[in-house]
Amino acid sequence: MSQNKAKSKIGQLDEPELAPLLKLSGITKSFPGILANDAIDLTVKQGEIHALLGENGAGKSTLVKIIYGLLKPDAGTFEWEEGALSLSNPAQARSLGIGMVFQHFSLFEALTVCENIAIADDQKLNLKTIALRIKEVSDNYGLPIDPDRYVHSLSVGEKQRIEILRCLLQKPKLLILDEPTSVLTPQETLNLFATLKNLASSGCAILYISHKLAEVKSLCGTATILRNGAVVATCNPKLETAKTMAELMIGAKLHNIKRPKKSGSHDNRVQINKLNLKSNDPFGMDLENISFDIQKGEVVGIAGVAGNGQTELMAALSGEVIQTGSHETIFFDGVGVSTMRVAERRAMGAGFVPEERYGHAAIKEMSLKDNALLTTSQKLNLVKKGFLQSNEICDLTHKIISDFDVRTTGLEMETGNLSGGNLQKFILGREILQNPRILIVSQPTWGVDAGAAVFLRKSLLDLAARGCAILIISQDLDEIFEICDRIAVLYQGTLSPLINTESASVDQIGLLMGGKTTE
Amino acid sequence: MDLLPVALTIITASTPLLLAATGELVTEKAGVLNLGVEGMMLVGAIAAFAAAVSTGSGLIAILVGAFSGVAVAAIFAVLTLTCLANQVATGLALTIFGVGLSALVGSNFVGISLEPLPQLNIGVLSTIPILGDLLFGHDVLVYLSFLMILLVGYFLSKTRSGLILRAVGESHDSAHALGYSVLTVRYLAVLFGGFMSGLAGSYLSLVYTPLWAENMTAGRGWIALALVVFGTWRAGRIAFGAYLFGAITILQLHVQGWGINIASQFMTMLPYLATVIVLVFISSDKMKIRINAPQSIGKVFYPPR
Repeated sequence: MSQNKAKSKIGQLDEPELAPLLKLSGITKSFPGILANDAIDLTVKQGEIHALLGENGAGKSTLVKIIYGLLKPDAGTFEWEEGALSLSNPAQARSLGIGMVFQHFSLFEALTVCENIAIADDQKLNLKTIALRIKEVSDNYGLPIDPDRYVHSLSVGEKQRIEILRCLLQKPKLLILDEPTSVLTPQETLNLFATLKNLASSGCAILYISHKLAEVKSLCGTATILRNGAVVATCNPKLETAKTMAELMIGAKLHNIKRPKKSGSHDNRVQINKLNLKSNDPFGMDLENISFDIQKGEVVGIAGVAGNGQTELMAALSGEVIQTGSHETIFFDGVGVSTMRVAERRAMGAGFVPEERYGHAAIKEMSLKDNALLTTSQKLNLVKKGFLQSNEICDLTHKIISDFDVRTTGLEMETGNLSGGNLQKFILGREILQNPRILIVSQPTWGVDAGAAVFLRKSLLDLAARGCAILIISQDLDEIFEICDRIAVLYQGTLSPLINTESASVDQIGLLMGGKTTE
Repeated sequence: MDLLPVALTIITASTPLLLAATGELVTEKAGVLNLGVEGMMLVGAIAAFAAAVSTGSGLIAILVGAFSGVAVAAIFAVLTLTCLANQVATGLALTIFGVGLSALVGSNFVGISLEPLPQLNIGVLSTIPILGDLLFGHDVLVYLSFLMILLVGYFLSKTRSGLILRAVGESHDSAHALGYSVLTVRYLAVLFGGFMSGLAGSYLSLVYTPLWAENMTAGRGWIALALVVFGTWRAGRIAFGAYLFGAITILQLHVQGWGINIASQFMTMLPYLATVIVLVFISSDKMKIRINAPQSIGKVFYPPR
């Protein structure tokens, strides 16, 4: 750790012309059982784009919540433009000029764009004035949006635009963005970066939280890296490589994933023929004419921006929604499964990891042991004559926890207390240990930190090497390019043809994600 | 059939529903489901009646009725908002509590009758034939019911405070993240609901039947709740529903009086059936429901650490 620190200091770039805007020293915050922030020092200067890096649970979110006045630190000082003060609520933070774009949007779906912005506006302007200001600011920064639309009818990128506009209307001096690009297409990301650079050049400091190191390298001038609640390094990301920064984050060496070359075997594990599905969510997306196949030992990736039918496709494949049409559209191992329920499809050797971890993949209020049983009871014979086989279930849960490095306090731990990354390791582990013939995974590493993501992707590749046919539905293009053999893009409920990863480019996929087919 | 008295009784039958539903609309829009409307109305009714008997003042009676509704709502608010109790169970308990408390207090007031609240005669307007009686010859609570539903409709859709209240009901976590006090908004909304239910109860025991009878609300609190839901949380629809229910209640009595051979049970059922069917029919727009239904209704808000 000290080695890392010494090494990264070399890369630090001092820019004396910038005055410090925010200076935190010795910020400490503990929750029962966890020291979330351990004497953190952080200085953000005017007009700089400062990255805050770290794994899940490293304390980034806690730190920015303290800066935004949502949490009070147990110890430490908070200096803003040369004056020490203590924040009591977000309204006070906003009045200082601190704006925040949340990772999980804090938007109200049933309100209009204008109302959503008005509600975070501390100047208490009326809606008409705000609509005018929105037009003005959105023109200035190239963030077009119609103030009268209801938020639920907007795309994720547009929703994020509202969050950013909401902050910009307050004329912020410091803008905090929590993983802003996790939901954007590559082109939208470029637009966002242009906006951010524009903002920074006008003197606004930006605190940028991300785990996408390539983005941090291209955007940020300084990076502060947290691990286990403490600052382990401050560096200039332009002088580091993504690999060295990732190693600082996880405190260990990172191994690259090698995607094995596939033999051209033809064993159709999954075949989808002209799948049509009307969404039963009024704001959902109908699926139209979806066709694709997955061979034995192959990983197929479906890219696309959220809300283009991913939820519906997952529900149709897993059997949460049953096809009622007259002809079969979904075949597993050559058998039509369109009318089968989830349990029947699982019995055929299919495994599913839905996007929603709570409510679909696991039950928050139940223990790890009980959640382990939920999808495994049939295949692993954990129920005999209607009685639970307690010992076998415990063994299985232990195996998941040890094989997949789930950090827990025990088998009886309430699942809701797991962090997002740990929960995902648990859920994927539960499916992989059943040795499925077919595995369908939605957002395998969403919100999972770099170290764990590498591990999960490797586990998926190992599973494919053992012959499993895997479908990955993901918004993370890096991930798709890293592990998939063939890629298709879901846009507005229709699926592009499958492209071999070797012959696909990020630009091409990015354009498809935005609905453009030719360029 | 003389239409004027019929129209007047329709107004009398609809007013308590409209008052209670207005209060519950605000409560639910803030994301709290208070099933205790019936109980709050009963407590309001007996408190207003007792105050009227002992002071002889209509104004004092109305105020006592309304604020006893607030007091009962305060119990609900403390239990569900501060102590994080389940809203459905607490609301049901509140109704049972209200029935019992009002019966206990009311045992001394059975058989006493009151002069109903005076009509507020609005100058020359009340002397206009027919229209004068229909529009300008009512007591203060009837006017108040119209005023309140208009004000609440305006408050919710046009004011900043109304926007905050809707935001809290839509997503309490987001509202909290923006720095609004979810609990303060919800306390105020629940207390307002209690105030309006208390008024509705007062109307029953001071105007509708100016005497006390045990359980005299006869399910009107539940109808008010249903109106809010089937009116898809929109002030206009709720007022329409309240009057539709009042109108059918009165008209079916008249129809029974004509001696038409329809089972009286069916006629009694009619207002419930018709109101629900009509409101469901006119509101069956998925989008509109999604926009108007408070998404975090009934959910307990745990303030994050």
